[in-house]
Amino acid sequence: MNILSLFPAIPLLMMLGLWLSRNTKQIHAVMVTGSALLLALSLFLVFEYAGLRKAGVTDPMLFTDSVMWYRPLNIHYAVGVDGISVLMLLLSSIIVFTGTFASWQMKTDVKEFFMWFCLLSLGVFGFFISLDLFTMFMFYEVALIPMYLLIGVWGSGRKEYSAMKLTLMLMGGSALLLIGILGIYFGAGATTMNIMEIAGLHNIPLSLQRIWFPVVFIGFGVLGALFPFHTWSPDGHASAPTAVSMLHAGVLMKLGGYGCFRVAMFLLPDAAAELSWIFIILTAISVVYGAFSACVQTDLKYINAYSSVSHCGLVLFAILMINSTAATGAVLQMLSHGLMTALFFALIGMIYGRTHTRDIRQLSGLMKIMPFLSVCYVIAGLANLGLPGLSGFVAEMTIFNGAFMNDGIFYRVVTIIACTSIVITAVYILRVIGKILYGTCTNPEHLKLTDATWDEKLAVVVLICAIAVLGLAPLWASEMIHGSVTSIISHILN
Amino acid sequence: MIQMEYYLIVSTILMFVGIYGFITRRNLLAMLISVELILNSVDINFVVFNRFLFPEQLEGFFFTLFAIGISAAETAVAIAIIINIYRNMKNIQVKNLKNMKW
Amino acid sequence: MDFTYTVLILLLPFLSFILIGLLGTKLKPVTAGIIGTVVTGIAAALSYYTAFGYFGAGRDASGVYPTMIPWNTVWLPFSETLHIDLGVMLDPISVMMLVVISTVSLMVHIYSFGYMKGERGFQRYYAFLSLFTMSMMGLVVATNIFQMYLFWELVGVSSYLLIGFYYTKKEAVAASKKAFIVTRFADLGFLVGILFYGFYTGTFSFTPDAPALGAAKAILPIALGLMFVGGAGKSAMFPLHIWLPDAMEGPTPVSALIHAATMVVAGVYLVARMFPLFVEYAPDVLHLTAYVGAFTALYAAVVACVQSDIKRVLAFSTISQIGFMIVALGVCTSSDPHAGGLGYMASMFHLFTHAMFKALLFLCAGCIIHAVHSNEVSAMGGLRKYLPVTHATFLVACLAIAGIWPLSGFFSKDEIITACFEFSPFIGVTMTFIAGLTAFYMFRLYYGIFWGRENKALHAEHVPHEAPATMTVPLVFLAVVTLFAGWIPFGHFVSSDGQAYTIHINTTVAIVSLCVAAAGIALATWMYMREDRKVADGLATRFSGLHKAAYHRFYIDEIYQFITHRIIFACISSPIAWFDRHVVDGFMNGMAWVTEKTSWAIRYMQSGSVQRYCIWFLGGVLGLVILLLLI
Repeated sequence: MNILSLFPAIPLLMMLGLWLSRNTKQIHAVMVTGSALLLALSLFLVFEYAGLRKAGVTDPMLFTDSVMWYRPLNIHYAVGVDGISVLMLLLSSIIVFTGTFASWQMKTDVKEFFMWFCLLSLGVFGFFISLDLFTMFMFYEVALIPMYLLIGVWGSGRKEYSAMKLTLMLMGGSALLLIGILGIYFGAGATTMNIMEIAGLHNIPLSLQRIWFPVVFIGFGVLGALFPFHTWSPDGHASAPTAVSMLHAGVLMKLGGYGCFRVAMFLLPDAAAELSWIFIILTAISVVYGAFSACVQTDLKYINAYSSVSHCGLVLFAILMINSTAATGAVLQMLSHGLMTALFFALIGMIYGRTHTRDIRQLSGLMKIMPFLSVCYVIAGLANLGLPGLSGFVAEMTIFNGAFMNDGIFYRVVTIIACTSIVITAVYILRVIGKILYGTCTNPEHLKLTDATWDEKLAVVVLICAIAVLGLAPLWASEMIHGSVTSIISHILN
Repeated sequence: MIQMEYYLIVSTILMFVGIYGFITRRNLLAMLISVELILNSVDINFVVFNRFLFPEQLEGFFFTLFAIGISAAETAVAIAIIINIYRNMKNIQVKNLKNMKW
Repeated sequence: MDFTYTVLILLLPFLSFILIGLLGTKLKPVTAGIIGTVVTGIAAALSYYTAFGYFGAGRDASGVYPTMIPWNTVWLPFSETLHIDLGVMLDPISVMMLVVISTVSLMVHIYSFGYMKGERGFQRYYAFLSLFTMSMMGLVVATNIFQMYLFWELVGVSSYLLIGFYYTKKEAVAASKKAFIVTRFADLGFLVGILFYGFYTGTFSFTPDAPALGAAKAILPIALGLMFVGGAGKSAMFPLHIWLPDAMEGPTPVSALIHAATMVVAGVYLVARMFPLFVEYAPDVLHLTAYVGAFTALYAAVVACVQSDIKRVLAFSTISQIGFMIVALGVCTSSDPHAGGLGYMASMFHLFTHAMFKALLFLCAGCIIHAVHSNEVSAMGGLRKYLPVTHATFLVACLAIAGIWPLSGFFSKDEIITACFEFSPFIGVTMTFIAGLTAFYMFRLYYGIFWGRENKALHAEHVPHEAPATMTVPLVFLAVVTLFAGWIPFGHFVSSDGQAYTIHINTTVAIVSLCVAAAGIALATWMYMREDRKVADGLATRFSGLHKAAYHRFYIDEIYQFITHRIIFACISSPIAWFDRHVVDGFMNGMAWVTEKTSWAIRYMQSGSVQRYCIWFLGGVLGLVILLLLI
């Protein structure tokens, strides 16, 4: 069996285990074993991949496998990974692992919650390993559906509304996507659904590409919080339970960026080069607009959701620059944003679990009451505003440098506009830190709250370590991504 | 010899009487009777076409017999449903039966 | 000579930061302090050793101290030629800066034992100090502009953390936020400047090869100008200076280390680092910096004359003195110290001496605040009998900053003014005037604290006492350095073209500036030494408008407040947030609403009435029949 197939297989087994388990202890045991296994597996894969690359293997995709699934449409179960997907798998498994611990205190319908959670992660893992357009799309759908139930049932606030909104908007995106995928399939002569083969054929006429590129890009862009299709994000994140917010902002939103790059840009290269400017404008708006919106929000999760809009906008912005440095930066940003935002949502969930409010006007002086959580919140904030030594800096600098490599006044202007986000980010991050962590606590109720428990500490520490590793020693990740990105970019440019 | 057209005229009248009754009546029993009328008009058509156009074959007759049999069964089922509805709701007026709508 | 060990100067404080930071309160406060101090001590010893080694190794054949890169590694590649390296570069100015930073840092570490004793978060304080020391060292030994930017951000964050050290104090939190955001805004300019620089010269190195420079000739002034914006932010040049006075909310030793001696001169260091490019390719930008610096120096000196908070006065004096350094760099017209390049050496010299005496001033201020528990001059007065050591050292520092022979400040300031006169008499006269103003406000402060009207009620309640030895030893050390640093043949080590330059005192300039300084001191003595200050109070009422405006720092802060709150928050952010919720999201909700309403409207077609369906069916059949008949 191919090592990659283990990634969707483990969540499936976990679901089975959960179904059989009878009490919370067993459920936790299954979750911890499974997610630890996934984490170990993805780490192993990273080393294995790096080893193979070092040994001089130059295939664009490694660990490939393909099984015929549905002959009339040439649908295969085709898997394979390059540097980008390997790192995305690592990111997903870290977040599944930490998400498990972040929802350790979950009380209601634990079993069902984790079963849906596993299904969600199954979809995510499946998406990142797939090389077949249709299989990829199927896993994408698998990842979307559980979201509805997870938010609608276990959420808080206006959960039904948010769940419905999120699902409908993402489903709208995936409807576009299905059309786009079929368009690509038939445009390329209806002989194969395999991404690498379609790219190899390179025979989609430009007139068709012009139609399908915006369709596919917007389809994935909805998930990647592309302005103006991002409004599901604040509501959805605000209502979702902690682990779901983490997985959603940390991984699911990356599906959008990944898909835009792997499918929209890679398979429709000519239209991508031609039409990228429209989307560059949209994403530049996303970046600044999200940051400005975050400045005046009062709900912690809304602030973070808008910050995600801004940062994910940067991902799309970077891949549209069509040069390998910017694209490397985009993938680094996906990783970095995934980790940071998961950390943020985990911490917000923990604070909310204690204070029962996310309104920054009602919180103050938490530093004295819960020092551990607060210090971690500061670290998350500093990572978010791009402190060197943490992952945000690495990603943003790579993106800005990459974007600056495109000559032309238009690119210069949008890059500088995007750069201003580093200032605005500082404004909203420091505003929150100053308001909720510093100062003296005004609410006597909050004085008796306790600091993090061991499971929460574990989740937070793992995420911070990952952020610091990426931030202190970015070379390995950067090289791993660069190798894979270069071949895609050169394909787009030719 | 009565010509075929006369039979067809009768069956057409029967058919439209049935349709008219089905549309206008609000009583389930009356509607059922109307449906039976439509069926019977079709039966007449089958028999007539068989008799006049293909006298050496018997498919039309057989089909008619089947249709009569099935319509008898269907009537039985329908009446059973109607009786049950009546028992539950004391009413078989269509406009009053809204519980299963929407 | 092998300088690879210099990596340790960066690594050790970093490890100490990690160690103290991770162990946190598990560590005893004293242990944390000792770890931090010992590590800084080692770093300082290594820095001195490096300095001796480097300057002792002598000049190369062309008569300059060679630039050495003992250690360098690619940290993050962007492309073939562009990559962030982390490394150590030794050249005269970086070695000089290493000495300055490690000295002041060590003094502050020792001093903080006494000053921060019993504070909550003692460990955290030392962790941040280590972080800052590491970042600042990393900044000065940067081998390329991007490494500099990286550490530049790190010092910004350490400064943020240390200003906000008393995080329960509202003003401290606001000040830390302000400091970070203002410098971040300036850093945006720096970043864009680096991006331009990197793109057009094809390298982040400080010394691109000639062909690349030729190609980038047109864009270099813009790039360097943008970089200067970053430098102006860190170095508190007008109008980006607003964060520095507020930054005094941090603990006083932090103000001494970060906001007086080291971090705030990063901007000067940046310009000095890029000096060859500035002189060669962007002389106009360089001269522009001179005007910015001169204006800042004047502005800050005027404001300093009326402030009543002791640390605020020192903060404005810092801004003013940094203005001097920037002016000195800006007036250079060539890289030959004998022909228009004197300012470079003067600036670096002043940076060096200023770091010592300004750190000393701040540390003295710390002792005074420690003694009277207030920052306001009104709480002081007549303290000379209670705090003899502080008094003596403070006086030394005041004389030095006023530029009195033979203290260190005299020599460096004299060089600056000489350089200014070489460039233009106007700047020269202005700077001489500001030097006089400096003497005036420093002695106004000195008399206000140690002489003048004593706040007897307060002092009876709580008798001021001299600080413990941990605090006075650094004072004495720095005072000694201040006394003798002027005699260092600085030009032999640092000069604009690297050749040895012997400092000549320009007699005319020296006499004039001495007279001006003496006049300033005399005026202050006349106005502030006695118990009653008729003249000063009279002037304040006579020119109350001016006095009030200066006291409120000419309302620059209010303008900023207006821009950030009224314009950015109220006119940009809030409308965008509203737009997002109501227009963009409203559109999505509107689509859902339309869909729902339409469904409700057409749901009656699905009436469930078979008879109605039957009519539709018949209608359809009829329609089809008619259609068929027509065709």
